[in-house]
Amino acid sequence: MTDVVLRTDRLFKSFGALKATNDVSLDLRKGEIHALIGPNGAGKSTLIQQITGHLASDSGAVSLMDEHLTDVGPAERARKGLGRTFQISSLAMEHTVLQNAVLGALGQRGNVMAFFKPVMKDVRLVSAAKAALAQVGLAEFATTRTADLSHGQRRQLEVAVALTLKPKAFLMDEPMAGLGLEGAQQMIGLLTELRKEAPILLIEHDMDAVFALADRISVLVYGEVIATGTPEEIKVNPEIRRAYLGDEVPA
Amino acid sequence: MTRETWINVASLAVLLGVPLWALMADEPFIITLATRAAIFALAGVGLNLALGTGGLVSLGHAAFFGIGGYAMGILASHAQSYAPIMEAPFLIEGTKSMPVIWLVAMVTSALAALAIGVLSLRTSGVYFIMITLAFGQMVYYFAISWPAYGGEDGLSIYVRNGFPGLNTLVPIQFFGLCFVILCLVLLLMNAIHKSAFGLALSAARQNETRVLSVGLKPYHLRLVAFVISGAVTGLAGALFADLNRFVSPTMLSWQMSGEIIIFIIIGGVGRLFGPVIGAMIFILLEHTLGGLSEFWHVYLGALLLGIVLFAKGGLIGAFAGREKAHD
Ligand SMILES: Nc1ncnc2c1ncn2[C@@H]1O[C@H](COP(=O)(O)OP(=O)(O)OP(=O)(O)O)[C@@H](O)[C@H]1O
Ligand SMILES: [Mg+2]
Repeated sequence: MTDVVLRTDRLFKSFGALKATNDVSLDLRKGEIHALIGPNGAGKSTLIQQITGHLASDSGAVSLMDEHLTDVGPAERARKGLGRTFQISSLAMEHTVLQNAVLGALGQRGNVMAFFKPVMKDVRLVSAAKAALAQVGLAEFATTRTADLSHGQRRQLEVAVALTLKPKAFLMDEPMAGLGLEGAQQMIGLLTELRKEAPILLIEHDMDAVFALADRISVLVYGEVIATGTPEEIKVNPEIRRAYLGDEVPA
Repeated sequence: MTRETWINVASLAVLLGVPLWALMADEPFIITLATRAAIFALAGVGLNLALGTGGLVSLGHAAFFGIGGYAMGILASHAQSYAPIMEAPFLIEGTKSMPVIWLVAMVTSALAALAIGVLSLRTSGVYFIMITLAFGQMVYYFAISWPAYGGEDGLSIYVRNGFPGLNTLVPIQFFGLCFVILCLVLLLMNAIHKSAFGLALSAARQNETRVLSVGLKPYHLRLVAFVISGAVTGLAGALFADLNRFVSPTMLSWQMSGEIIIFIIIGGVGRLFGPVIGAMIFILLEHTLGGLSEFWHVYLGALLLGIVLFAKGGLIGAFAGREKAHD
């Protein structure tokens, strides 16, 4: 299929006897938000780590636009177009908000071996970084130290840094976790914008958000994908209702 | 100007003012002490790029300090004996020219840093400390057991090497040379700190995963930082050997590595002028307390303890507060 942007092919990862991911094949298509849901410990974050290369897979393959990524490390994968956010915010805490975004823009540019030119005076990098901050609503916090941001603002900054990479695919690990009602609403608006730039593989526990945003949903239980389908299909799948969704399904 | 900038300017003013005063008071020994401080500061400024900005606690930087020293000793001793260093496959002769010696010192210590860095930067934390220490000790024992250049006894040269247009035997002139080099390297380090490289290197210290996930490689950043760091410390070593007209394995010892770290901790880890202030205070203590008691290191230890417990950012941190995230 030509509109597949990102594909995993039979990924496995075990931690000792625990099969964190077990034969996971799924794809992310142009323009879509593909939500990955599943109970705590199902292996969702593990899968993201395998896709980004931060965790080496036991077996299986990952490809982006039909290019195999399996043998390259996380930095190359990011450079080839995987932009991710972390379940637990992972930022350079002593740097300012703008510096974190500039770091992303630097990664996008590629050449970091510049020793004499002040990077925060590099108009192209800084304007790319500022545009990303504006898009997530952090423009006025550019000079704030990242450690001084609130939890929600850090989630936003994670997204901004991913944005500066101009990725071919976004991988977002629970971007709404701990945001509260208003924050989650803002994030939903933001993701609706972002999907125009690149498809999003979205891990999320907030079912309202998932059903509002996703074009397709995959359900991961004990490391296995037990179903993939449209929100309507997932909602009515009795096995899933039993295994995971329970009463959480919105009416 | 921020308070830190004031402190920086003041420290340079003291470092320059004391020997100028000593010149008028005819106290050449004080000038030599100030020269020592400037050279130690330079060694610390070199290490600070790796340790402060890059978070690489190298306990082996004496290797570069000593390699710089031996570069001076070997080149100068061959020049004074008129025996070429090697004849085949091509002729290499000794030299008494400081610029050439500095260049050789920086290149050789950079190459050593490259070799040591390639291997040790695959580890981190305590393992990195231990492996850099191990490499440092290897170089140390090699120097001790290498009879051609004095072995354990070290290597002396008769007169200080030359610099075009200066009489380096005049203490204040040699001090001036070291002071100018220190200032130039501080300018260079300031530029690096603000550059794309500096931003990424410091980010890699704070959060390696973050740097990887924007497509940059911490290992490469650290290796380049380690090489620059080694080269600067090697340059300091060449100057130190020239100051003493003597180089010995002591310059390569792990105690020397520890002292360079101490300069940084006293002044402030990662602060541009941290090692400058640290080296000045170290020399001051060594001179004043060292005269009173052989065991002056006890007082140094107490100072270090106080700083580590109560002033994480060193003296600069204590007086100027947290580092301003420059924008
Ligand atoms: N580095 C690791 N070493 C050992 N076990 C691990 C490791 N990482 C994850 N696990 C285990 O693998 C399983 C899957 O973890 P993972 O973080 O992928 O789950 P998740 O679906 O993201 O859960 P959550 O919704 O809580 O974030 C869990 O049982 C977890 O304890
Ligand atoms: Mg998770």
